[in-house]
Amino acid sequence: MKNWMMAALLAMWGASAAWADVTAFTGARVIPVDGAEISDGVLIVEDGRIRAVGARDRVRIPRGAEIVELDAGTVIMPGIVDTHSHVGEVSGGDRSGPIQPETRALDSINVRSSGIKRALAGGITSVNVMPGSGHLISGQTIYLKLRAGNSVMDLAYRFEDGAPAGGLKMANGTNSLRDAPFPGTRAKSAALVRATYVKAQEYQAKLERADEEKDRPARDLALEALGEVLAGKRMVHFHSHRHDDLLTAIRLRDEFGFRMVLHHTSEGWRVADEIAAADVPVSLILLDSPGGKLETLHLEAQSAPALEQAGAKLAFHTDDWITDSRYFLRMAAFGIRAGMSREAAMVALTQAGADMLDLGDRVGSLTPGKDADFVILSGDPFSVRTRVLQTWVEGVKRFDLADPDDRLVAEGGFNALTDDDGAGHLHGMGPHANHSTGAWQ
Amino acid sequence: MKRILVFVFIALASAAAAAQDLAVRAGVLHTGTGETIENGAVVVRDGKITAVGPADRVSIPDGFEVVEAAVVTPGLVDARSTVGMSGAMNQPHDQDQLERSSAIQPELRAIDAYNPRERLVEWLREHGITTVHTGHGPGEIISGQTLIAKTVGDTVDHAVIVPAFALSATLGDGATGHSRPTPGNRSKAVAMLREQLIKAREYRQKRERAEDDKLPDRNLSLEALVAVLEGEMPLIVEVHRHNDIMTTLRLAEEFGFRLILAGAADAHLLIDEIRTAGVEVMLHPTMIRARGSASETANFSFTTAAKLIEAGIPVAMQSGYEGYVPKTRVVLFEAGLLLGYGVSFDQALEMVTMAPARMLGIADRVGSIEVGKDGDLALFDGDPFEYTSNVVGTIIDGRRVSSARR
Repeated sequence: MKNWMMAALLAMWGASAAWADVTAFTGARVIPVDGAEISDGVLIVEDGRIRAVGARDRVRIPRGAEIVELDAGTVIMPGIVDTHSHVGEVSGGDRSGPIQPETRALDSINVRSSGIKRALAGGITSVNVMPGSGHLISGQTIYLKLRAGNSVMDLAYRFEDGAPAGGLKMANGTNSLRDAPFPGTRAKSAALVRATYVKAQEYQAKLERADEEKDRPARDLALEALGEVLAGKRMVHFHSHRHDDLLTAIRLRDEFGFRMVLHHTSEGWRVADEIAAADVPVSLILLDSPGGKLETLHLEAQSAPALEQAGAKLAFHTDDWITDSRYFLRMAAFGIRAGMSREAAMVALTQAGADMLDLGDRVGSLTPGKDADFVILSGDPFSVRTRVLQTWVEGVKRFDLADPDDRLVAEGGFNALTDDDGAGHLHGMGPHANHSTGAWQ
Repeated sequence: MKRILVFVFIALASAAAAAQDLAVRAGVLHTGTGETIENGAVVVRDGKITAVGPADRVSIPDGFEVVEAAVVTPGLVDARSTVGMSGAMNQPHDQDQLERSSAIQPELRAIDAYNPRERLVEWLREHGITTVHTGHGPGEIISGQTLIAKTVGDTVDHAVIVPAFALSATLGDGATGHSRPTPGNRSKAVAMLREQLIKAREYRQKRERAEDDKLPDRNLSLEALVAVLEGEMPLIVEVHRHNDIMTTLRLAEEFGFRLILAGAADAHLLIDEIRTAGVEVMLHPTMIRARGSASETANFSFTTAAKLIEAGIPVAMQSGYEGYVPKTRVVLFEAGLLLGYGVSFDQALEMVTMAPARMLGIADRVGSIEVGKDGDLALFDGDPFEYTSNVVGTIIDGRRVSSARR
């Protein structure tokens, strides 16, 4: 435990050598998200954090600061937060059973995977990497900051106690309906989940009642993880598509009192008012066509404006490899295409997602004091012609289109991808697991 | 009673004809010939374009319905898809794009399976795609035939404009990704294909040399291959890896068929070879997905289209086949994404209009807004390729077939 903390500190110390100077980025249109856009803006970065943001004639650039003058037309926006991705060759539960909260994404991430580089090429700086959805509970997710590192612990966001931060992946609908011991119906799925949470409640009660060490129940990794969910420490990220499944997820949340984000939410447009009334945040995916399985037949981009107008909190996710992290901006633009406001689309890529990962006080906007995670774009964030030029994490440039190696990842080409990039959807589910119905999403 | 029925029929028929008269006014008219007309107009009579030009020089006949749109392009052409064979539900009953019983089945006709009322066909129509080349997909050495259809029509007969366009073939991993023992690898797949083409060659010779009363027994499979050998049908080969592309070029040279490369993820590594071979490319969707370096599409690049176009290689955009979500791609989006990767607006538009029209042998009917061609148009409220623009209508043969806002 202490060793990795030391390593993390050393890694941060090493990076901090480059922070000695203050850097001012000038000349771009700045979209701070926490306030109005600034047409000729300045962003000042110091020690990996944002020191100031404002109009060029309103922000004093400290003497000695390195000044980076950007081309007119470029745009600076906060680093993008992807609330649901499978980059890094992630895995979680295997085929042994439908409920495996003891498995951790942490123990599977390949930090050298080109998937992580693809995310950076798309302007993504924080990402919730999740196991797949072929289970009712497929495991613990991990929130990664896409800084450089040799170990997943170098990238992991931390809970207050220093443990790697993440949520719990749950799912309902058809992906987890399979041969026993998996459930065969929706009702059975809900019953299995309820029985599991009841057990977790009882386990917590025993722990609380135990006065001495000898009275404590034996350690149970699965129930411990669920205890963190019941305590509100660990967010539930709930994969769900159909309108009735969405409401079932909300019913389970209300019964056990956990905190929850709905993911995919394909038929969100059908129950937008119910979702908003339940005050449950939504991480949406928009796709180029409906179908591919029965529960996405009515996946419509109109969910974005419908949920916005209903007052629901809204983020987007890549579900990489379902959609490629390199063009994540496109999904928010498609929300606008369907009638969402530009402002909500921008928030959905940044602050809203950060809030859903409990990272909203550190990232999601260009607010002074927050981490210096930002993206420099060649033009409007929602134009098909715009390219990501640079991605910065904690004041360190992590992607540069001008660098040939980075450009190869951004555009593709010979040997652009590493061995197992994109396999996060398949791990543990067998190579052809239910291919026709795609049970691994 | 009979007389009444006849009367009703005539009334319906004439109403239908009248519905094929239409005029369109466009703030910006992209004709698909490289010409852009500000304040343009198009007149369609009896389903065919009779006039096109600046609005002040085109007279719209009295009584014609006039449709207005900010931007108008030719109806888009999807160079290669499986929609109508593969359906949105992705259940066994709506998946007819691939027959797994054996590796080489050229006799499978697309017209015997195409479902013109499929939701995915409607989805393409709502996105301005008016013509689709669809049929048997990738996944077997020869999976079957393809067809070309307009994206309307309640029956296959009403929809189809070319009932058998090509044979759909696959080499590389795609031809061996099944559960049968053979073909189990690349060499075997190519050997099987060569054997079958040689059989077809011999079958053709027997037919030519035989007296009329001693013709060899009909063989539906070999007949379709003979059509390929005689140049009546191209062989479209789904192939991605560089060595598989070279194998395919070698086969085209050996047997002299018209080859169209489909997919071709590694084409950017073989620009000279493809140009020298004079081969056309139905390029993989820009947003094709690869699962790491072990997958044969691992080297795909967003810049391949620009490189092929620069080399003068004919290249059209396909929506391809998708096995999961999204269940189909949309060539409007796939071509649009290329604008960030070295392809101009006109080049991207050509990849979804004239380039596929020429490749599919239907450039005299579709692909551009010119007098005499079919009245197929796509209507937009802004730049057709911008993410935040909407398709606002689709016209096929002079009929408004979609008013959906997409």
